[in-house]
This record gives sequence, C-alpha cells and structure tokens, in this order.
Amino acid sequence: MKVRTKRDIIFVGISVLIYLVGEVLILTGAIPPYLERSIVTVCINIILAASLNLINGITGQFSIGHAGFMAVGAYVSAILTVKFGISFVVAIIAGAAASALLGVLIGLPTLRLSGDYLAIATLGLGEIIRIVILNISYVGGASGLVGIPKDTTFTWAFALMVFSLLFIRNFVESSHGRACIAIRENEIAAEAMGINTTKYKVLAFALGAGFAGVAGALFVHYNYMAHPGSFTFLRSFDILTMVVFGGLGSMTGAVTGAVVLTLLTFFLADIPELRMVIYSVLLIILMLYRPQGLFGNKELSLKMLTRLIGGGRRDAAEGK
Amino acid sequence: MTLLKASKVSKAFGGLKAVSNFELEINSGDLMGLIGPNGAGKTTVFNLLTGVYEPTDGQIELDGKNIVGLKPYQITQHGIARTFQNIRLFSELTVLDNVKVAYHFHVKYSILEAVSRLGRFHSEEAKIEEQALSLLKVFNLADKRDELAKNLPYGEQRRLEIARAMATKPKLLLLDEPAAGMNPQETQELMKMIRWIRKEFNLTVLLIEHDMSLVMGVCERILVLDYGSVIARGTPTEIRNNPKVIEAYLGEEVPGC
Repeated sequence: MKVRTKRDIIFVGISVLIYLVGEVLILTGAIPPYLERSIVTVCINIILAASLNLINGITGQFSIGHAGFMAVGAYVSAILTVKFGISFVVAIIAGAAASALLGVLIGLPTLRLSGDYLAIATLGLGEIIRIVILNISYVGGASGLVGIPKDTTFTWAFALMVFSLLFIRNFVESSHGRACIAIRENEIAAEAMGINTTKYKVLAFALGAGFAGVAGALFVHYNYMAHPGSFTFLRSFDILTMVVFGGLGSMTGAVTGAVVLTLLTFFLADIPELRMVIYSVLLIILMLYRPQGLFGNKELSLKMLTRLIGGGRRDAAEGK
Repeated sequence: MTLLKASKVSKAFGGLKAVSNFELEINSGDLMGLIGPNGAGKTTVFNLLTGVYEPTDGQIELDGKNIVGLKPYQITQHGIARTFQNIRLFSELTVLDNVKVAYHFHVKYSILEAVSRLGRFHSEEAKIEEQALSLLKVFNLADKRDELAKNLPYGEQRRLEIARAMATKPKLLLLDEPAAGMNPQETQELMKMIRWIRKEFNLTVLLIEHDMSLVMGVCERILVLDYGSVIARGTPTEIRNNPKVIEAYLGEEVPGC
C-alpha cells in the first residue's frame, strides 16, 4: 500500500523538477515564446486526452463529443472573467463544474446506448453545444468572445495537468476505478457483481467532461478569445486520435499520444502542404502494425522499458 | 427457513411463454438442481431470479422481502450471486482484480478518499487485497493471481467465476452449467468443491446442469423444467424414476440393450 503513496511522491517530484527546468528555460529566454505556446498546448492536450481516456479507454463508453464539453468550460470561465471580473481560479472551477454537470445531464439518457450509437449521439451533442453557443449573442455568437485576459501561463497549465493526471490515475487505481474497468470488460458481469453500472458510467462521463472543461478554460485564457470554431467535431477527433494513438485504456499512452501528436503538428507547421499527409501516413502505419495503439491498454513503466531494452532478444528467441 | 420463494412466476416474450407458473422454495442450506431439455427455460429462471428480466407475473421473495423490480446489482447486494453459462470474466484483468471487483460494494471509502489517498483508502484496500487473496487460496488460484483471466485454462476460468461470485458474499449462489466443457475428472473436483463451499460458507446453492453425474451426485433436491413449466420435483432417485422426466429429458432405455 505504501508503494502507491511512494509512487505519487515520485511522480510529483519528477513533475516539479520538469516544471522548474521548463520555467527557468522560459524565464531565461532559452525557450522562445512560440515554443512556449506549443508546450502549453501540449499540457492542455494532455488534460484532454487523459480525460477522454477515462471515458473511452477505462470505462469503455465510446464518446466523441469531447470538444463540446471543452467549449462549455471555455465559455463559462470566459464569461466569468470577462463579464464579471471574477478571478481565474474561480472561473476554472466554475467552468469545470458546469461541464461536469452537463456531463451528468447528457450522460444519464445517452449512456443507455452503447458502441456506435453512443458515438453518434455524443458526436451530435458536441455539435449541438457548439451551435447553441454560436447563436447566443451574449457570448459574441459567430465572432467569438473577445477581451479574455491572458491568465494561462506555463505554470497554470503544467500544475493543472499534473493535478488532472494524479486525480484520474488515483481514481482509476481504486475500487471505483476498478468498477469502471469492469464495465468496460463486461457490463452484464459487472452488474451481476453488484456494481451500479449506470452510476459509474455517468460518473466517469462527468469526471471526463469536468476535466475537458478545465482544459477549455486554460485554452481560451491563453488565446485572448473564445471562438465556436475552436470546438468543432474535428477537435473531438484530434483528442480521440491522441488517445487511440497511445492505446485506449492506457494513461501513459494518452499522455504520450498528446505529446507526440501535438509536437508533430507543431513541427510540421512549416510544411503545411505535407502536414496532413505525413500525419495520416503515420496513423495508417500505426493502425496497420499496432492497432491497439502504442501501449495497448498497458501502462508504460520502468519494468516495461527494461524488458523492451534487455529482453528483446530473448523474446525474439521464444518467438514472441 | 425459507430463503428464496418464487410463486406463480411467469415470463412471456411477446407470444412465447418462456416460463409459466414457476414455483420454487429454497431453504437455507439447500443444494438444489434445475434440469430440463434445451430451451426449457432454465436460464430464463436464473435471469428472473437475478433481475435481468422482470417477471410478467408473480412474486419472488428473498428472506421474506420482495425482490421483483430490483436491478440486478441491487439483487446481488441483497445476497444472490451467479455465474454465467458462457463465462463472463473480466478477461483483460488479472485473476486478483477479477475478485477485487466483486468486493466493490463492500468497500467503504468515498471517491474523494480514493483520489486524495487519504482516510480509509489504504486500510480498506489492504482489507480487500487480503480477503481476495484468501478467497483465491480457497479456490486454488492463489499462484495465478497475476495472470490475465483470459489466459487461464477453461476449467480454471470456471473456478474463477465461482470465486468471483463468492466475493460478493452471497447467501444464495446460482450456478449456470458450472461443469460445461469440463472433463470427467474436473467435474469430480467441481462436485467436491461445490459441496465444500456450501459447508464452509454456509451457502445455499441452486445449479443448472446437463451433466447428470454431477446433478445426481451432488444435489439433494431436483426440479425439472419442460416448456417453461415444472414437470417434476423431488430427490435424485425420485427424479430418475419419474416417467414424465424420462420421457421429456432423460430418455428411456432401449429394450434389449
């Protein structure tokens, strides 16, 4: 049991170290502003991918409306800071709470569906949220909500990313998380084992939506404005791609997917004609040779790394 | 003492009466068998008892409390656990985690405590782990604790499913064809195990089975279903000699053989 706490401490320790290095590099100017922008984007995308993984990978409910929840968190927090002058912290919490609440309201009826039907329903709901926002003139409608203070810094993005990851990981590695995984593995058996499947599906959905709201709040407070065009279903697919790339059900996979694909998009920005081609070819290759994603549903750990490096030859000899 | 009582239970799917006027009374500590030809409605009876289907008609009482209309997970929490005819393990989880999942509704820490790793989290997790391990030991699966459930041999998967059902701490255990796909030796071991867990855990067992050596060997009372109705009930000897059962299910001896 103490192993778990020790791991939490190591995780926070390493995070603080990475943060300090990053912050020093940014302050001294070693990381130029355009690179800082992509690092903050990576942090936001990690929150999005990890939260979608909680719904899609851990609980097995295939949702593709994540951008919609992101939009709710974005707009609610932006309204609070722009129109009411409320502080950023409160705005983030309110944005997350609003998204989570919407997650419960939407989850209760839609999570009766499964598989493709749920995917279609959530896709539609994501678009409905966007179009509703598009038609509210109070938040700027199609021209977007402008004049948002730039409150998101590397510190904010990084701290909230670490918090989200810790929160989701600790949730997954508890009895409540096991209940969610059991639903993914076999819903009928989970129900027969005394698990209230509806409750846990809605719970995972709401938690995922809440963290998408956090990411949305960070996103708009970094870009000075909130625009409905930022939250189309294409963004939902971007997040989904990150999760599938890393491996559905793997937290470290979601993080890796978010980092790799965000940076890839960033570095390919110089060759816009080829960007989508390279991006798609990479995904096709991955799906051909590793359809379960980079890590499958396993977590990347030191043990796995040493096995990969040290045991590669032995595995080959055994015909694995 | 009556543990489970079903009276006049019927279930119709559209025009098809899958079960009609089903009567059942199980006393605490009973070991009862439910047999009948394919399509007689045996699994439907299980699904009715566990809340997967709601009866069109009739009453089901557990410990004197009506359980009709409860959700399957609520019925499990009231004390009925089951296994499935086609094994339904959490195949990508380890053997240990499969059992741990079944302890879930006995766990006493909140989500907040889980996320913050404070309060009762560590003590409760230690307790679950200990209980799950001792249960695995009972079922002779302790050395496989870290294997994925899908990698176990068939017989062990069946055993794990029973272990997992036991983790919910049931009063009544429903076994749906526990010996399906087992060889005679495994069936013998299963019989021994069923007798043993009943004594050890003070359990009541209702089982569906086609393997007559198991049913006749282990059950004290047998219920025979045909076309959704009970056609006979009694001890194994009575059932074996009941002409109606022989005609519907067991088959007659061919004269001269």
